[in-house]
Amino acid sequence: MSVDVDGSRYVDDVEPRTLLVHHLRERLGKVGTVVGCDTSNCGSCTVLMGGADEAPRSVKSCSVLAVQADGASVITIEGLAGPDGSLHAVQKAFHELHALQCGYCTPGMILAAVDLLRDNDDPSEDEVREGLNGNLCRCTGYQNIVRAVRAAAAELRQAQRQEVQA
Amino acid sequence: MTSTLEPEVGAARRRKEDARLITGRTRWTDNIALPGMLHLAILRSPHAAARIVRVDVSGALREPNVVAAFSGADVAEIQGSLPCAWPVTEDIVHPVRPPLAVDFVRHHGEAVAVVAARDAASAIDALEAIEVEYEPSEPVLDLEAASRDEGLVHPDKGTNRSYTWVFDSADAGTGTSVADVDAEVRIQRRYIQQRLIPAFMEPRSVVVDPGMGEYTIWSATQIPHILRVFYALLTGVPEHKIRVIAPDVGGGFGGKLQVTPEEMIAFLAARRIGRPVKYTETRGDTMVSAHHGRDQIQDITLTARRDGTLTGVDVKLIANMGAYLGLVGPGVPILGAFMYNSIYKVEAYRFECTGVFTNTTITDAYRGAGRPEATYAIERAMDDLADELGFDPIELRRRNWIKAEEFPFTTVAGLVYDSGDYDAATDKAMELFGYDELRAEQIKRREAADVVQLGIGVSTYTEMCGLAPSRILGALRYAAGGWENAAVRVLPTGKVEVVTGTSPHGQGHVTAWSQIVADELGVAFDDVEVLHGDTRTAHKGLDTYGSRSLAVGGVALVEACRKVRDKARTVAAHMLECSPDDLEFSAGAFRVRGTPDAAKTIGDCAFAVFAAHDLPDGVEASLDADATFDPQTFSFPHGTHLCATEVDTLTGRVTIRRYVAVDDVGRVVNPLIVEGQVHGGVAQGIAQALHEQAVYDAGGTLLSGSFVEYTIPTAADLPTIVSDRTETPATSNPLGVKGVGEAGAIAATPAVVNAIVDALRPYGVSDVAMPCTPERVWRALKRGPGAGVRSGPAVSAEQVMPGAVHADRPGGES
Repeated sequence: MSVDVDGSRYVDDVEPRTLLVHHLRERLGKVGTVVGCDTSNCGSCTVLMGGADEAPRSVKSCSVLAVQADGASVITIEGLAGPDGSLHAVQKAFHELHALQCGYCTPGMILAAVDLLRDNDDPSEDEVREGLNGNLCRCTGYQNIVRAVRAAAAELRQAQRQEVQA
Repeated sequence: MTSTLEPEVGAARRRKEDARLITGRTRWTDNIALPGMLHLAILRSPHAAARIVRVDVSGALREPNVVAAFSGADVAEIQGSLPCAWPVTEDIVHPVRPPLAVDFVRHHGEAVAVVAARDAASAIDALEAIEVEYEPSEPVLDLEAASRDEGLVHPDKGTNRSYTWVFDSADAGTGTSVADVDAEVRIQRRYIQQRLIPAFMEPRSVVVDPGMGEYTIWSATQIPHILRVFYALLTGVPEHKIRVIAPDVGGGFGGKLQVTPEEMIAFLAARRIGRPVKYTETRGDTMVSAHHGRDQIQDITLTARRDGTLTGVDVKLIANMGAYLGLVGPGVPILGAFMYNSIYKVEAYRFECTGVFTNTTITDAYRGAGRPEATYAIERAMDDLADELGFDPIELRRRNWIKAEEFPFTTVAGLVYDSGDYDAATDKAMELFGYDELRAEQIKRREAADVVQLGIGVSTYTEMCGLAPSRILGALRYAAGGWENAAVRVLPTGKVEVVTGTSPHGQGHVTAWSQIVADELGVAFDDVEVLHGDTRTAHKGLDTYGSRSLAVGGVALVEACRKVRDKARTVAAHMLECSPDDLEFSAGAFRVRGTPDAAKTIGDCAFAVFAAHDLPDGVEASLDADATFDPQTFSFPHGTHLCATEVDTLTGRVTIRRYVAVDDVGRVVNPLIVEGQVHGGVAQGIAQALHEQAVYDAGGTLLSGSFVEYTIPTAADLPTIVSDRTETPATSNPLGVKGVGEAGAIAATPAVVNAIVDALRPYGVSDVAMPCTPERVWRALKRGPGAGVRSGPAVSAEQVMPGAVHADRPGGES
């Protein structure tokens, strides 16, 4: 199989039963993506995945076989920042608004939020809460996560307006 | 040089820890891969109680990629027994707990055999080739029946009762006897603290690298230092040949305050095979093997006068230990023993707790550890007392709590509360909450017989934290002390390295400790590096739990910084050609009194001692210092939480409409971090009230063995809370800090359940068993004597949930 992860192409033989998350962690060294459960409840392993012509969408990489990612393009938390290291608006907002404590759920939470904002650029508090309910956090009570996602949404809208004006 | 440095302590500094965590450049234990490393898989018991007739691992050894496999019998002579560091009574029954079961398994999920293979998948596959013959027996699951020795978990011990621990204020001389006080009114209640699972997000993982007689161990633990001591005691490897590292650790909440079977099994495997090994558990493993929390039956009796004066508190607990004693498991209810009187002035107090074995996973510390249970019982019962006497619940509490001018106050449990202002916190909470408006709305809804009723719940609380004065721990028969250590190293260029014995796993110590050092030494926040969690760099410490890190470890840090400053003062005086007494330390530098431009910073002094060309005679060429702080007393944060719930009387659905938390945690180092701790604690408290319960079936199988059945709340399940603070500095430490880690989890549970019961009192409901699911609320309503019958008989938990009163009674959720 061949998969593009965070801008690099990786070619491997994999066992058919290998999950994408294990392929990422154990073969490709992409250990920024983590495993929190074995029932696809927690969302810690969320990454963005898309095909050649489709925009990347969030998937729980424990619920995707590695071979299903053949030919796909995957963005993990390690590849979300710009090539110059500039943080994504959601990453910045998580830091600014203290939306993480232990940080274990954070990669999945951030990528799920990025995907949520792709569908809805101005979510209400309830929409954020509903939109992220596939990702569990045990530290924050979600309150600052919700604030951060809405703050990032505002920043992204602002950036888009400036782009349109320019 | 004049400087107007803003104080760092009190500033909402963004966390230094975040940069790695938001970019995935993290070091979880499971990320570690060493050359030649093998992966472990553990075979676990499917039975709650069985004799092991035979284990045959030879099949596993024939599987591809398998390097080793062994069972408990293979290591029976060398594996020892997992430790309990808190044998709370002299005659405690303390059964042997082998890391790998040898002759008997005593709970579902107990480790039976282990496989080491080239990769994790091969190890897991090979488990299927291990043959185990069990002779199952009837498990002991019902806690009350177990306390009566109806079936034995450890037949050789002859009883399930591990210990009975008693406090009586009449004997202690801190009050009178509960039998002697005025009892014009008596409120007698039974509450069930259901079994919970800490459910940290990072499953536990351990890597053991055996060198030539020395061992490096990485573990997802809260307690690298304590773990190192126990590795030395249990394995015979000398302590100086053991290095324990807690790298990035993904949450704990008490759940990683343990010396685990898996840590010992990994060690045994590494020593046996002579290669590095890693064990990373699945979530399914976590649920059955990592310790659980709570699980107590609480009988509480309040006595009072008709004028609302609380006179006595009498508490009798049965605490479920699970199948064995955990590291501090027996002590967990004892941490609650001093808290049932809470913030109230009481004449008499008696507490009795019996720890009882059952065929279940062990229980041990979970956020709050004993104190949430205590607060729940007293705060629920105070609401019933208020109802009985016709008082507003807050008014009743106000009549009984300690007034601000009465501190320091010696309680009926014998603790000296140093400071607090319960009126201030409550008044602020009521204002933020809109208490009077909500009460008015509640009356309207009652009069209109609204399908959705409004309930208002209050919980005040205090807790003893900052664990702990070593002498008191010793008196309570805890094996270790409660001090904490810090070391400060000033580098030649004026940068500072801080070594702390605390071991953060999400709390933001690196940021907060940097703020403290910045103020103490007048250096920049970014010029401080905080080192922790590795016994080679931080050799001395007692780790992180019990809201102790700042109140003990932070104070040790301040003391170390002050030693550095004292050393630097001598050097600065020499450079400025004045007496040390002529110097004052202000705005980041030593300044000659009256000539503030003549100044030397810590950095100036650091370079001077580095060069060491011109030091006064007898002055050491170093500014470095360390300090060990042992608190004289606990710290006592407090607060008032208010919750408004809307309860749908047709469906039983509970919605939290408003939640206000006003906490007094003393002086605050970083308000952002404090607020985050409150949010997370309140979320876990709400989760106990509404969402979570570990349930066993009649055979002792954990039914809630994954996140499908054990329903920790999602973002969609939780409200936005309003949090605020009052601030009465602790007088017991130079920082004035009290601790915040557990506060939210302590106050939230009774606040939520009080609100639900408050909504349903007109329906004759006086209790709903936790978690208050829609089904339970609905059943409580159905069994109530009917709407509007206020004086109807109280509905007990037994009536509300027949057969499910006990958290672990078989088939509880029928």
